Order: sequence, then structure tokens, then C-alpha cells
Amino acid sequence: MTDFWIFTLSGAGALFILLAAIGILKMPDFYLRVSVTTKAATLGVGLILVASAFAFDHFSVTSRVLAILVFIILTAPVGAHMIGRAANFIGVKMWDKSEFNDLEDKYDKKSHKLK
Amino acid sequence: MSTNDFLYLIILPVLSISVLLVFIRFIIGPGISDRVVALDLMITIGIAIITVVAMVSEKSSFLDIAMIFALIAFLGTIAFSFYLEKRNRDD
Repeated sequence: MTDFWIFTLSGAGALFILLAAIGILKMPDFYLRVSVTTKAATLGVGLILVASAFAFDHFSVTSRVLAILVFIILTAPVGAHMIGRAANFIGVKMWDKSEFNDLEDKYDKKSHKLK
Repeated sequence: MSTNDFLYLIILPVLSISVLLVFIRFIIGPGISDRVVALDLMITIGIAIITVVAMVSEKSSFLDIAMIFALIAFLGTIAFSFYLEKRNRDD
């Protein structure tokens, strides 16, 4: 039964990480790349970590896995938000087929605060 | 097929191919922000690889290194975005 969970969880995790890697290569602009990589890679790494918790089946490993998991889930959206905000300020272009930009003219160019 | 064979022959090659694909984006990425995101994703996949290596070699102390990697990925992204945002401000 433990083997079944290791096979399933690590297989699904590797699949999600592969999808994230294909996504960062094929997506047309920076914002779509951020959006596709943050979610898929976090889910994939989380699944592989849970698989390792099943494989070791020991309290010390499970607590370490939980610590890494909570840290990744907390920090991945924060990092993605920060780099997306910085890219918005330095003027990274959107894809030319994007319909509209909600943040256009909402920020003060000098002070980087909302108008 | 035992668990070790599965991890060693299927999971690790898939993760290696992922790192390779992300590295292509790291090389060709048009702007610096694309490279920052690619670097972040490479370190995140590194966490997964270290975890799989810990399972294959049955040494749980590799997971400490995974924790440090998570920290470095976060700090690197934050530092780069802070620097990018400050760089072309005049004050």
C-alpha cells in the first residue's frame, strides 16, 4: 500500500513539474509564464515531498516535509507577486493578443504607489 | 518494478528533462525578469530532485538541504525583484 502511494504521488508530482517546465518554455509573455510556473511547480514539488514522507514513514521526516511544504506554499505566491510587480514597473510588455491591462495608469510612475 | 527502480529510472529523468527545458528559457529569456523566474523554477525543481535522491539513497538528512534550497529560492526572487524595482527610480 505504501508503494502504491509513492508511485502515484511521485508520478503525479513529476508530471506537474514537467508541465510547468513546458509551460515556461512555450508561454508567449512574462506574466503568463509566472502564472503557469508558480502554481504547477508548487503542486508538483508538494506531491513529491508527500511521497517522500510516505517512503520514510518516520516522525522526524514527516515534520521536516511539513515544514518545507508550508514554507513553499507560503513563499511561492509572495515571490511571484513581487517579481510581477517589479516587471510591471520596469515596463515588461504584455502579449499582443492580450485584451486589456487592469493596472494601466493605476500606479504613480515616480512613487510606485496606487493613485 | 521496485520503488527504487521507478524513482531512479522514471522520476529522475523526467525531472532532469524539466530542468533542461527551464534552462533553455533561462538562456533565451528576452528580459531579466524571465531569467529570474526561470532561476526560481530551477531551484524549485532542485528541491524535488534532492527529495527523490533522499528517497533513493534512504538518507533523510538530504531533506535539510531541500529546506535551505527553498529559503535560497525565496530570498533570491525577493532580492532580484527589489533591485529591479529600485533600479530605475530616481530618488
